[in-house]
This record gives sequence, structure tokens and C-alpha cells, in this order.
Amino acid sequence: MQVVVLPATGWREAWRDAARRLAGAGVPPGEVAWQTGAGLFASDPLPPAGAVTVPRAFVDLADTVLCHRDPERFALLYAVLWRLRGDRGLLENPADPLVARLNGLARAVRRDSHKMRAFVRFREVPAAVPAPLSGDGSLDCGGDAPRRRFAAWFEPDHLIVARTAPFFARRFADMDWTILTPDERADFRDGVLTQGPGAPRPDLPPDASEALWATYFTNIFNPARIKLAAMRSEMPRKYWKNLPEAREIPAMLADAERRVGVMRSAQATVAPVRAAAISERYRADMPKAPDRIDSLADACRAAAHCTRCDLHCHATQTVWGEGPADAALMIVGEQPGDHEDLSGRPFVGPAGGVLDEAMAAAGVARDRVWLTNAVKHFKFTPRGKRRLHQSPDRGEIDACRWWLDLERRFIQPRLIMALGGTAAYALTGSKTGLGRRRGTVEETAAGPVMLSWHPSYILRLPDAGAAAEARAQLTEDLAQAARLLA
Amino acid sequence: MTLSRKLAILSDAAKYDASCASSGTERRDSRKGGLGSTEGSGICHAYTPDGRCISLLKILMTNFCIFDCAYCINRVSSNVERARFTVDEVVTLTLEFYRRNYIEGLFLSSGIIRSPDVTMADMVRIARTLRVDHGFKGYIHLKTIPDASPELLDEAGLYADRLSINIELPQDASLRELAPEKRPETIRQAMGRVRLTREASRDRSHTGKRPASFAPAGQSTQMIVGADRASDTAILSTASRLYTGYGLKRVYYSAFSPIPDASAALPLVKPPLMREHRLYQADWLMRFYGFSVDEIAAAAPGGDLDLAVDPKLAWALANRADFPLDVNRAPREALLRVPGFGTKTVSRILSARRHGALRYDDLVRMGAGMKKARAFVRLPGWTPGALTDSADLRARFAPPPEQLQLI
Ligand code: SF4
Ligand code: SF4
Repeated sequence: MQVVVLPATGWREAWRDAARRLAGAGVPPGEVAWQTGAGLFASDPLPPAGAVTVPRAFVDLADTVLCHRDPERFALLYAVLWRLRGDRGLLENPADPLVARLNGLARAVRRDSHKMRAFVRFREVPAAVPAPLSGDGSLDCGGDAPRRRFAAWFEPDHLIVARTAPFFARRFADMDWTILTPDERADFRDGVLTQGPGAPRPDLPPDASEALWATYFTNIFNPARIKLAAMRSEMPRKYWKNLPEAREIPAMLADAERRVGVMRSAQATVAPVRAAAISERYRADMPKAPDRIDSLADACRAAAHCTRCDLHCHATQTVWGEGPADAALMIVGEQPGDHEDLSGRPFVGPAGGVLDEAMAAAGVARDRVWLTNAVKHFKFTPRGKRRLHQSPDRGEIDACRWWLDLERRFIQPRLIMALGGTAAYALTGSKTGLGRRRGTVEETAAGPVMLSWHPSYILRLPDAGAAAEARAQLTEDLAQAARLLA
Repeated sequence: MTLSRKLAILSDAAKYDASCASSGTERRDSRKGGLGSTEGSGICHAYTPDGRCISLLKILMTNFCIFDCAYCINRVSSNVERARFTVDEVVTLTLEFYRRNYIEGLFLSSGIIRSPDVTMADMVRIARTLRVDHGFKGYIHLKTIPDASPELLDEAGLYADRLSINIELPQDASLRELAPEKRPETIRQAMGRVRLTREASRDRSHTGKRPASFAPAGQSTQMIVGADRASDTAILSTASRLYTGYGLKRVYYSAFSPIPDASAALPLVKPPLMREHRLYQADWLMRFYGFSVDEIAAAAPGGDLDLAVDPKLAWALANRADFPLDVNRAPREALLRVPGFGTKTVSRILSARRHGALRYDDLVRMGAGMKKARAFVRLPGWTPGALTDSADLRARFAPPPEQLQLI
């Protein structure tokens, strides 16, 4: 039997060294007895160092588990190390009883370390040097302000100070601090972190901020919703004695019932006198739909409040048309897409990109055209993380034609291009497929309407050849429109 | 008024905001100057007896308000005691609490004084002072003021880790009725703007320079449950539109809770805490378990979730034909639908079954909730037999009715 006695400090390194040598020398777990502190036996001499390689995951697991207080941790880790020689994937099997046990120990250590980050409470203590006075009693303005000093007492379950202290060093770099625990301590001075042995509970001076913190703790609590089990599972009682705010809990609970009762029995009060006037003034200034629509601007403002169909409460906003009010050409798409809905402008998403390219190729300047949609709110269905476009139905198109008609009336374009089936239906009243009608101009009561593909349709075509052809046709149609208007 | 009195009033007024999260932002620390750090997952520094975590100093800048939202204690027509912090007071409280390790940072919201823009500008000033003058690297959450100008929203995103814009109520009509100064369309517009600005801030420009990060922890919102008549399915549909439309990190559901000096327009009932809990569970199913609102709704006849059993179990009970599932063969998506299996359990199962067939005890050891799962799974040596289809299966899980009152 090989006896290994690990020292009270530095046992992590000592275990790693011993384990490496023993595994290298082929000593099976059954023949090693691990002890800590000054045991009955002295350590047997260890075999010479050999090369043992382990998966990265084992190094992390061992680092964590070594912080646990379970005296069996050394033997359990060595047993895993031993088995890893023949089964490199062992740690990836959470169903293995030994792995499950070690994972459990590691979880306990991580949780304890997390709770330490949460529940350490610093108190301010006098700075080491009675600064900022220099030797001659005058103010020393040469250097930085003196570092403030803080100290805390904490009682963790496991030996986690070494693994948790760097967190505090990253967070509280501009102050000096000490965290004392029964077994270990950490000190941070002028940016240097050091560790040392534990200490008994110190007498820390009172800190005025604790009263404010208790005020906050008692007032952020809602007495109408008591959930004690939830509190205790996350903030177990064992931590309470070192948490200044926990002293308030009994009184908070004792008073909760009464406070809720008072709220419930209170009669509605009379509003302060000024309230009505304030509300009236604010409401009078709120944007609202104009009573009469006499201009394109009126129509735009009115449309922002439209509730003519159900689409308004699902989409973000009304996407009104855009362009010069005297445009000769008006291009009408189907409805805003995801991007248009968010930004409130027509044809700015991927489909807008296709249209922009086609317009550029056809020599049509975007800023000379009135761009709009047959339906002014985005219709979609949520799917996974995205919103999938849905075609508007007849009722929605008919409801929204009200706005399209107003746009036509105020802009009086000489030619309208309908992109896609929805716009074609909205402008011509015919649902006949676009296949035959594309590239033609149809006469309607409100003027000539040229029909073409919708850029989103082009984007959806799976066949690259067909898509390129459709793009070319859209460009051709735009060019023809430009010629008709020339 | 003393600082302590102000703190009492302005934290009391802030407690109806459910969010206290401080996770998911970029990594920062103070080793190169300043104070504070953020490292992925946030920390809950304390818990109050209402079971909620305290991670941030959650306060209102002021509880004076010119709006009249019926569900809110700060509405202009309420007689609550009013207070207002100065910029310096908020900054000092935040820093001093932070230095003592009480908090992860600040969650600042406010009643509306003078105008939305004036209020939002003051809030932005507080965030800027913390970040720029004090090098504060901790977490900042700003609740934006409805109808504040887009430019202020853009500036807020430069200093805040998270922005929130409360939708308040699940349906536009109830918001217009109960909060007459609020406008659902501008609330959504602000959310849309935050999403677009965030996306733009993550795209490297063609020069390869990274733009300043904008609200790196994303945006969230809150919906009050039980102040209007919206059904659970309506609430979840709204949530799913918000998640997909604006890339929200979280939707918080807040059981409407009686407030002192309540408006006569609203019920003074016990807050529907169990309903709130079930909504969170259903929300989780949508975000991490691949469920759609329609699937959850199909197992919630009448539009409301079953209060006695969790929504995943309710779904499984309504879809028993899909079970029992062969744990050693089923794909990940199917395993995620087993009641009692969480995402961690499922990852462990997938990892472990590469090493050999799993048995019942293996699942217990890996932390699977077998009390629920046993009726829905099949393994070597275990079949639920008639259990899956037994008529009283729901009754086995549902608590006896009188216990429900206690929750
Ligand atoms: S889609 Fe058109 S008709 Fe329907 S609400 Fe929007 S603007 Fe009004
Ligand atoms: S605006 Fe905000 S603070 Fe003011 S009454 Fe409405 S919810 Fe309350």
C-alpha cells in the first residue's frame, strides 16, 4: 500500500504531482491511500515523474473537485485518472457512476463559489496610511487619491477562496480588500492578489451603507407575494448570519400580511387637484388622426392611426409610401416586410435591394418615384426566431385600398406599376395570375397600370436561371415604364 | 427629505418591475481602470421573501409622473408620497452599493416629469456619469421612457447593457384604455429601432472598424398579467410576436399585484402568481424546447393554461399517442418534449448513450425528473405499460385542489 500524505496548504499541487507519478508508474487505485494533514503515517516515497497525458476536461474537473471538502475526493479523482488510461472518452459519459459522483462534487464547488461571489459583503475599513496628508501636513496632490480599503468575513462550505478571489480582483481593482474565511484568506493590495491561511471572525467596524442597503432590501420586497421556499433555496439560511440585510427578514414577514390588508381595505382616494389638468394638457398634445383628409400629408398622418383591419395591432407600424408628391411613376408592392416594418419605410429590406438594382439598371431614379405597398401593415406568423411573411387576404387588401386610392388621388401619377399579385389585384381588381399579364399595361378607371414581378418573388425562386430571367424582366418593365413616361 | 427616505419611496415604487437580470452582456473588468466587471452570467446578490432575486439596484429616478396608467402606483391621479433623486444621489448609491458587493449594477426607470424627453435625458445623464466620469464597468439596465425621442434611445444604448421598453399589456385595446397616454405603436417602433441599431452595431463596417457596442445585453419587456381580460394564449401570442419581431432577450410576466392607492378601475385581488409561473414555463417551452404557441394553445382548452400541471406535462397528456418514447433512440427534439427532461438532462442523455444503452437508474443518476418522465419513456427493463394511457394520469400529477389556494 502506497500512503500519500497531502499538506494542509498546497494540497492541490501535491495531489497532482503524486497522481501523475503514481499513474505513470502504474500503481492501481486500490494500492494508494490518500491522507491529509499530519496523518499517522508519513508519505511513502513517490515513484519518479513520468509523462501522463489526460484530456483537458479532466484537468478542469480535478481543479474543481479538489476544492471540495469530501475526504474521498483524492481517491475518486485518482480512480478516474486510472480509468482514463484505457477509456479516453470516460468523462463524456455522465451516466457512469464514478463520473456522475465527481460531476456532483464539481457542481457543489461551483455553486459554493458562485454563492461566495454573491454573498460576500464588504465593509469599509480605514485606509492603511492616514492619507492624503503627506509628512509636512499639507495636502498631497501629487499622486492619485488613496485607495479605499474594504474587508469581509465569509464562511464557504468548501475550500474555494483561491479559485474565487481572482473574480474579486477583476471586479474591485481600484480598491484594496481582504476576504477572510475560517480556512483561507485573500488580500488585494495595490493591484496584487495574495492568498494565505484562514483566521477567526474579525471585528469589522460598522459601515453606514449597510443601513441604506437594509432600507433598499425592505422596500423592494412586495408583501403581496410571499414565496419563502424560493428565497430559502437560493439564499440558504446558513449564509444569513453574514448578510446584513437578512436581519430584516423576520420583521418584513411579520408585517407583510398587515400591509396587504391595508391596501385591500383602502378606499379609492380622490385624485390630487392638479391631476386632471395635467392629463388633459398632455392628451391634447398627443398626435391623432386629422378630422379631414385634404392632402397627402393628412393622409399619411391618418394612416398612422389606421385600425381598418386587424393587421395594425400585430405589426410595428403603418408603412406609408415615400417619394415626391408629384411623381409621374408610382410603384406599388404587396406589403412591408420584416425590415420595412421595423424601420417604417417601404422597400428597404432585401426585396428593396432587388428593386433598387433593377431601377438603377433601367435608369429609373428612386427619388423620382412614389414607392408604396398595397397593404400598409406587415402580415406575418412567428416561426422559430423569425417572422414569416404571410400574404394578405382579400379583406385586408380591400380595407387598405382606401389608403392606396388616397395616394393615387393626391399624387396623380401618369403610370402605376403593380409588382406582384397582391398589388395587381388591389389596382386592377383582377386575381388572374401574373404569368400572362407581366409586362403589359392594363387600363383601369384610375389610369394605366403596368404589371411586373414582385422582387420578393424573384428572391424566392429556387432556380438561379429562372431568378435571373425574372430580374431581367423586372428591369425591362421598369425601362419600358420610363420610356412610356419620357 | 433624507436620502434614506427617498430610497425607501423610490425602491418601493420600482418593485413592480419583475426584471432584475444582469446576464448576457459583454465581458468587461476593471484591471485597466475604473470599477466593476461583467462576466457572462449575472449574480443574484440577495433574495427577498417574495422569492425574487436582487441583482441590481432597482430604483426609479422619480415617482412623479404626468401619465395616468391605471395599474401603476405612480400615476398622476394617485396620492402616493413623491420623491426625486438627483443625478449624484443615484450615482453615489450605485457606486457605494457596488463596492460593498451588494449589487451587479443599476436598473433605472422613472416616472415621467415634464415630458418624456426631459425624463429620458436625465436618465441618460445618470448612465453617462457612471460610465464616463466614474469608469463604472458594472451592469446598467435603463427602462426607456415611452415616446422619448429616437436620438435619446440611441444614446441610452451606448451606456446601457440592456434597454427595456415595457409593452405593459398584452393587447393594444387594453393599453389604450388603461394607459391613455401610452401608444402601442410607438412602443413597438422603439423596440424595432433598438433591434435595427443593435444589428447595425454588430456589423463591422467596410473599413473593418467595430462600431461602439449598443445595448450588448439586448432588450426586454414586461407584460402585466391579470389587469385585463387577455387569455394566456393571447399573452403568449403577443410574446412570440415580440420575440420574433424585435429579438427580445426576455419577456417578463408580472402578476398584477394590488398597489396602495389603487385605481378603482382595477381588481384588488391576490396576484395570480400560479398563472404567472405557468406563463413563464410556457415561455421557456417556446424559447428552448421548440414548442410553438399553437401547440401550447392546443393543450390549453379555453385559452388558459392548466394551473394544476405544468404546460409541458399538459401538452404530453394531450398528445399521449406520441409516447412512450424510446430514450435510447429518440432524437433531441423529441426528448426535449418529455415531461421531466430539461435541456441539461437531454444533453447528458445524448452524450451518455454514445457509451452504451441507458437504463432507468442511469437517468435517475443524471438528474432526470423520473417521477414525471416515467409514464412517457421506454428503456431496456422499463416500459410504462398502461400507465401512459391511464385515465387518472393527470390526477397523479395534479396537486389536491385545496393546496392550490396556498400558492
Ligand atoms: S393594413 Fe391597411 S387597412 Fe389594415 S390596419 Fe394597416 S393601414 Fe389599415
Ligand atoms: S408612465 Fe410609468 S410611472 Fe407613469 S403612471 Fe405609467 S407606468 Fe406609472
